[in-house]
Amino acid sequence: MQNRIKLIFISLLLFFCFLILFEALKKSNIYVPDKVLKKSLPKFKSQDLDLKKEISSDELFVDSEFYLLNIWASWCLPCRKEHSILMELSRNPKIKLIGLNYKDKFTNAKKFIDKFGNPYSDNMIDTDGTISIELGAYGIPETFIINKNKKIIKKYIGPLDQNSLNEINIILK
Amino acid sequence: MLATQIGYYSLIFGLIAGLLIILLSIKNYNNREIFINPKILPISFLQFFFVSISFIGLILSFINSDFSNETVYNNSHTTKPLFYKISGTWGNHEGSLLLWLLVLTLFIFLFLVTSSNQPKRYRILTLVFQQIIIIGFFLFVLITSNPFSNLFPIPQEGLGLNPILQDPALAIHPPILYIGYVGSSIIFASSLAAVVENYISKNWARHIKKWILISWVFLTIGIMLGSIWAYYELGWGGFWFWDPVENVSLMPWLCLTALLHCIIVLEKNLSLASWVVILSIASFTLSMSGTFLVRSGILNSVHTFANDPERGMFILIFLFILIFIALFIFFTFFKDNNLKKIKINWISKEASILVNNWFLMYFLAVILIGTVYPIFLEVITDEKISIGPPFFNKLIIPFLIFFLIFMAIVPSLNWIKSYLRIRITNIIFLILSIFLSYIVLDRTSSETLILTILLCASLYLFFITIREFFNKRFKNISQIVSHFGFSLLILSILLNSIFSKEMITNLKVGEKFNLKENIITFEKIENNKSKNYDSVIGYFKIQDKNQEIIYLKPEIRIYNEPTTITSEADIKTTLYTDKFLVMNFVKGKEYFNVRYQLKPYMIWIWISTIFIALGGFISFFKKEYAK
Repeated sequence: MQNRIKLIFISLLLFFCFLILFEALKKSNIYVPDKVLKKSLPKFKSQDLDLKKEISSDELFVDSEFYLLNIWASWCLPCRKEHSILMELSRNPKIKLIGLNYKDKFTNAKKFIDKFGNPYSDNMIDTDGTISIELGAYGIPETFIINKNKKIIKKYIGPLDQNSLNEINIILK
Repeated sequence: MLATQIGYYSLIFGLIAGLLIILLSIKNYNNREIFINPKILPISFLQFFFVSISFIGLILSFINSDFSNETVYNNSHTTKPLFYKISGTWGNHEGSLLLWLLVLTLFIFLFLVTSSNQPKRYRILTLVFQQIIIIGFFLFVLITSNPFSNLFPIPQEGLGLNPILQDPALAIHPPILYIGYVGSSIIFASSLAAVVENYISKNWARHIKKWILISWVFLTIGIMLGSIWAYYELGWGGFWFWDPVENVSLMPWLCLTALLHCIIVLEKNLSLASWVVILSIASFTLSMSGTFLVRSGILNSVHTFANDPERGMFILIFLFILIFIALFIFFTFFKDNNLKKIKINWISKEASILVNNWFLMYFLAVILIGTVYPIFLEVITDEKISIGPPFFNKLIIPFLIFFLIFMAIVPSLNWIKSYLRIRITNIIFLILSIFLSYIVLDRTSSETLILTILLCASLYLFFITIREFFNKRFKNISQIVSHFGFSLLILSILLNSIFSKEMITNLKVGEKFNLKENIITFEKIENNKSKNYDSVIGYFKIQDKNQEIIYLKPEIRIYNEPTTITSEADIKTTLYTDKFLVMNFVKGKEYFNVRYQLKPYMIWIWISTIFIALGGFISFFKKEYAK
């Protein structure tokens, strides 16, 4: 009898795990752009990674047609994967790349940039993650495409890949 | 073209062979013959043969750069060196699954050959369970990830292999790791069969221990190779990132380690039987879950080859079917009461192995939660989080301290009933370790206090295992070697993390830089052309305080297919320290960014892992316990 109760209990637990993983599988399609678009970019202030002084978002988002805001961290492996895409984008003069370094150690962030190259024209520090929360980020990496009116026109959750690069290039044309 | 066709049809023949074996086995199970049907062995060999043919077919397609094959087109390129063309075969999703199948079929054939002295019904049932797994994988390969799909029109050129995967350690990492994973499938099938046949006995324990040792040794080495790759190719001197995929390889390892200890108890005096069965089921389940988490794209990691929910769905359903079969069998057939009960004293080897299990299960639980919690949270609350190294370090380090001390004390206990003896040498060693770790603490900042306590514990274990080695000579040598390796591993990781030094600066050609007593001179740069990349090589002269001079030549490689810039660090390894130098372009500037690191005792991390595996290896060849 006791065995049967155990069996039922474990089966229920496993069934629950199964359901969750089943749902999670469907969810993995969120890596396509989200629908929360055309929101305007919240204002924020933060330290700059290179200049080490306080900078506000109004000073950053000037004189470019499009901006790309990328939330990253050195400890985040997918960020490493999308880095080559960002490097490629940084060669395009129509878009300005701004990095937001999320909950990271200063030295590690520096190392990351030194090792893989710096695609960003500016890099902000988000030590406690509050700016990312204000932006409505789910996790990292996450990328926002912003137009010159400071409206978020596209959002990518998860690492950028070749498809997202093509999409961005279409927007820039 | 031809190789692709042959490969595809061989797979189908392999699947048919699997079905045939199950049919024959069911017939054979209930008849009165004493021996297993003589047809089964050749068919099992044929199945292995068919899978090898298809695997060789895929390798040939890679070598000939046959781009009519979609897998080759996606992962290869004509300019790639031959070595990486071959290793590219299993460097992708489809090919690596084919490798799984290859090892699965090889292992069941070997199992049949080596188990002829075991009862017939037990062998047949093991074979049936294993064939269920094999057929599942055949279907998975054929339905969702066929390595032999055709492309038309035939492309001129392939997409190329990701340069960071072009590394010798990574070329052999998957096969070795898979032998470990797949070995656990034999353990799974065999323990289920033993439960059904009520054959959990000393005899069974002795026989299955060999398989546990094989998969444990290979899993250990496989994990080490992955970590070596991360150190040379990915990292800035790091070798373990608590990446989900690293975690899923560590979980079956912890399970197998616990199983390895339990099976010794079972072999000696028939206790802990339920632990053995549950751990056998868990090791394989965890290996399969690892495959699921990696292949489905649920987790994001360097190992994720493709985000394909269909594949994920298949493995998920298959995995849970296996788990439910296993649970059902365990709860209906498992009988503990016919094993003789021995009262276990609290101070005895059995009890200490039980405590060891609980420690390992705790580590396992921490890692499991750290890995899957983000998935559960996301589904339930729609919130996405990443769990990083601090979580694992905080939860694991305090327990590791007790675990190490425990490891130093208990292996000298006897079976069934024993006493704790306090010896003079133990106290001397304890004082010595405290003294040594105090010196380390003194030379560094007090931030590392908890690390120093850990250091003290691992030093203590280190001394004790050395003493045991000289006291007991060759009695129990496998255990001593492994435990010694473990203490050395923790020691070298700690000393490495405490004493690492580094410097980051921008240097022009001809400039000098001082780090402590080292002088680093950037002498010149040189441009080179290779088959599939161009490179810029920097020449650095490093002079240390003893006036010894070494030269380091880091490279920046610009791969053409796909266009990627990678920095190849140059690393000079000695027994004491690794000197690690890497340089990078700085956008639009004439100077280079240079990073120089001193990583003490790096090589000992690999050496100690080899010691751990060596213990298992010795145990495999050791003569069986005298009856």
